[in-house]
Amino acid sequence: MSKRVVITGMGIYSCIGTSLDEVRDSLYNGKSGITIDPERKEFGFRSALTGMVPKPELKNLLSRRQRISLGEETEYAYMATIEALKNANIDDAFFDTNEVGIMYGNDSVSKAIIEATDIIRDKKDTALIGSGAIFKSMNSTVTMNLSTIFKLRGINLTISAACASGSHSIGLAYFLIKSGFQEMIICGGAQEINKYAMSSFDGLGVFSPREGDPAKASRPFDAGRDGLIPSGGGATLILESYESAIKRGATILAEVAGYGFSSNGGHISTPNVEGPSIAMQRALDEANVKASDVDYINAHATSTPVGDSNEAKAIFEVFGQSNPYVSSTKSMTGHECWMAGASEVIYSILMMQNDFIAPNINLENPDEDAAKLNLVKATLNKKIDIFLSNSFGFGGTNSALVVKKYKKEDE
Amino acid sequence: MNKEEIVEKINGFLVDEFEVDGDEIQPEANLKDTLGLDSLDYVDLVVSIESNFGVKLVEVDFVGVASFQSFYDLIENKLNVKA
Repeated sequence: MSKRVVITGMGIYSCIGTSLDEVRDSLYNGKSGITIDPERKEFGFRSALTGMVPKPELKNLLSRRQRISLGEETEYAYMATIEALKNANIDDAFFDTNEVGIMYGNDSVSKAIIEATDIIRDKKDTALIGSGAIFKSMNSTVTMNLSTIFKLRGINLTISAACASGSHSIGLAYFLIKSGFQEMIICGGAQEINKYAMSSFDGLGVFSPREGDPAKASRPFDAGRDGLIPSGGGATLILESYESAIKRGATILAEVAGYGFSSNGGHISTPNVEGPSIAMQRALDEANVKASDVDYINAHATSTPVGDSNEAKAIFEVFGQSNPYVSSTKSMTGHECWMAGASEVIYSILMMQNDFIAPNINLENPDEDAAKLNLVKATLNKKIDIFLSNSFGFGGTNSALVVKKYKKEDE
Repeated sequence: MNKEEIVEKINGFLVDEFEVDGDEIQPEANLKDTLGLDSLDYVDLVVSIESNFGVKLVEVDFVGVASFQSFYDLIENKLNVKA
């Protein structure tokens, strides 16, 4: 038994907007969400550049008991999820009679752990940490909390795969639905933004120091790039079987057609060409589409010199002849890390729904490898029928997703 | 700190921490039911008492504490011992 897997809901809480409409407009207008966090300099950061989102106001949405177990990343995930459920036309009563799962990408809870540890250091008594700390301090905090809030009864699992976490969550949920084990899974990725989460990353010297002009700092594929910009938020997608979507009269936004994965088997932080190429080719094979069928690639490209070059080589290796449009929305959002693989699928679906390709802003002089790609420097009004979204992470984990426009004639 | 001040301070942070209507907090009312406390909430009650009065309560201290009045008395006794 092999089922079609469709997307029927999306929600986004990002530095370029806290609703689908706002994000669509930002993408179309090439608006950067990068800013300066002055506190980071004082804290010892090399670069104070970051994406930033507003703190969600949850007091009227959740009870005290529910709120005190939520860390920053879960607050963002919750905001994205309530938008996604509304978008999918699913209310609380649906969960009473339907088994729905959750598979969400998350790979850190730095702030919660440090704040709890600070209390112990100060008070010398673990009883004074408070009851919410444990539920905020575990990596599975997002799925732990959202499954409780929404009373979910299906698969309940956090995916930790560095900056590919969100993408793998969609891919693995796709496999579970395709194989008939689940009818609906809430997927996504969440990323805390605070200084604790990003300090050790900054310590590697991989963040752009271009603080004088935050909107120009993230410049994937540009020869003048000098590092990534950390960012975060929450991104949620509702995946369900085609039969489930039709049965409940849902609007189908897109179809997940293929998922490819691989591991580089090499350096812990430096990506290679072979691993991403294998993931992309597997995703195409799984989707049963040719490279030439793909209209657009949402690149992982984070604005680091080696990462972007190797991805450009990998894309050229797999797609060279067909030369699809390529852009990295990280040029606007910065690197949303654990969230990125999910948010970038949402960004690409928004483009697909609205017949445009968002620009790779700040691309002035593509480097030698990037120059071989069909990079989109300014917004293009083009229809997208099939796109591929890349996500790669530390440890050499790679994920590629192929998503198709939903067409009735495919039925 | 006299009795009235202790009661006023306790009621103030209970309203804030547990988000209940101040009118519901009456000396003879049941502490657990009024505040809707579960086992985890007692952990937060201990944290609130420590941060407001510098007194650390342990589980056994709550034995026999049912009403708000008995809770006020517990804190007052702890403060007297501390003093």
